[in-house]
Amino acid sequence: MNIDKSSYQKFAEGRAKRSKLLPDCAKAFVVGGSICTFGQGLLDLYRFWGASEAHAKMLVSVTIVFIAVLLTSFGIFDNIARFAGAGTLVPISGFANAVVSPALDTKAEGWVLGVGAKIFTIAGPVLLYGTLASVLYGVYYYLVGLFG
Amino acid sequence: MILRFPHAPRILSHASAVGKKESEGFLKGRFDLSDETDLFGQKTFEQAESEMLRLSFNAAAAKGGIKESEVECMLAGDLINQCTSTSYGLLDYNSPHFGLYGACSTCAEGLILAAVLTDGGYCRLVSASTSSHYCSAERQFRYPLEYGGQRTPTAQWTVTGAATFLVGREGDGPRITEAMPGISVEKGIKDASNMGAAMAPAAIETLTRYFEESGTSPSDFDLIATGDLGYEGHAIVHAYMKQYHLFNYTDCGLLIYDREQQDMHAGGSGCGCSAVVLSAYLLDEMKKGRLNDILFIGTGALMSPQSVQQGLPIAGIAHLVRLQNG
Repeated sequence: MNIDKSSYQKFAEGRAKRSKLLPDCAKAFVVGGSICTFGQGLLDLYRFWGASEAHAKMLVSVTIVFIAVLLTSFGIFDNIARFAGAGTLVPISGFANAVVSPALDTKAEGWVLGVGAKIFTIAGPVLLYGTLASVLYGVYYYLVGLFG
Repeated sequence: MILRFPHAPRILSHASAVGKKESEGFLKGRFDLSDETDLFGQKTFEQAESEMLRLSFNAAAAKGGIKESEVECMLAGDLINQCTSTSYGLLDYNSPHFGLYGACSTCAEGLILAAVLTDGGYCRLVSASTSSHYCSAERQFRYPLEYGGQRTPTAQWTVTGAATFLVGREGDGPRITEAMPGISVEKGIKDASNMGAAMAPAAIETLTRYFEESGTSPSDFDLIATGDLGYEGHAIVHAYMKQYHLFNYTDCGLLIYDREQQDMHAGGSGCGCSAVVLSAYLLDEMKKGRLNDILFIGTGALMSPQSVQQGLPIAGIAHLVRLQNG
């Protein structure tokens, strides 16, 4: 049977179920919102305990990263993420998981060629282009300062 | 081109070994061996896959009362780079070995070549083995195991499982009477999360070519089973082959898991999928006489992580094997 390529593509893509946008958004909103609310609570707590604003903010990131790493190591994070989607991906918890999960996976290939070489396979683009964006912003900021 | 085997070699013995999820699916209790850690006593998932292959071979030999040394040639393949799961899994044996790669169609490919070797009189007894492991495949083709991502509804789950079939001319068991090797077919599907759609055109091509050349129709068979098209591919085959009235058509990717309960999205995939379903279910049903004449079509997606990243469309291949009692 000669299957026409373009009509096949249209048919296959047309019938493929998409992820359910509305329920997924709602789940992401609830879980992501809860993580952020938890972060705000932590911030207030660290402030209450006498940390400066800058220190308290840093401590919030450190705490959430630590929890995400711990949950990833115990194999729980991916189960939450399967439900939450962008809710766990967008906050810093997602970044922590993106770094730790390849590290766990590549342990068997050793500390250098495994963990060392592969730890940033997922987070790498974020690090590279994040750094590049900050450099560009720095140049822009400098130029605006000169003429502004 | 239909390969017709005048001596119709038999599948004398076969066995399967699977992981936890597979042993809890629809075919619960039908597999020969399973391990709920998915590690089979090994340190890494790659080694676990080799071990599964080894165990399935030993179980098949033991079930058939066949000595390892009687197997004159071993045909085996998997999904991992350079087929290392296979090479390490077969290291213990002192028989000649051909490594195969047909992606998820490897089981059918191995059976066809085993039939050719035995029917042609080159070997008396040949083994055909296949394995895949969810954890080793996921690492190679997709994301790290603990990565917190969401799968799309069309994504399939790689089966953790291995099966071995021992093929020979003398003895008892279902016969391999005909085979039709597949042609690579590419219809522009680039989505690696929709393998069913990428492979379905190959299955349609092989099936329609077989019906035309053999002059048969689906009603001549008790069952037609594709390897791992899953929910999407299965539905596409139905839609494109409407005029054939495929009332007796199923897919191994739909038979292995309870898709809803086990959250398996579009069903099972991987070379282990068709292999363990053939061993644990289809051949078992043939033995019980509930199925007597079936078409088994191994389906493979011929891609690599690099080809997908480079935006190349995914080609599929489908090899057909006709199995008959008698």
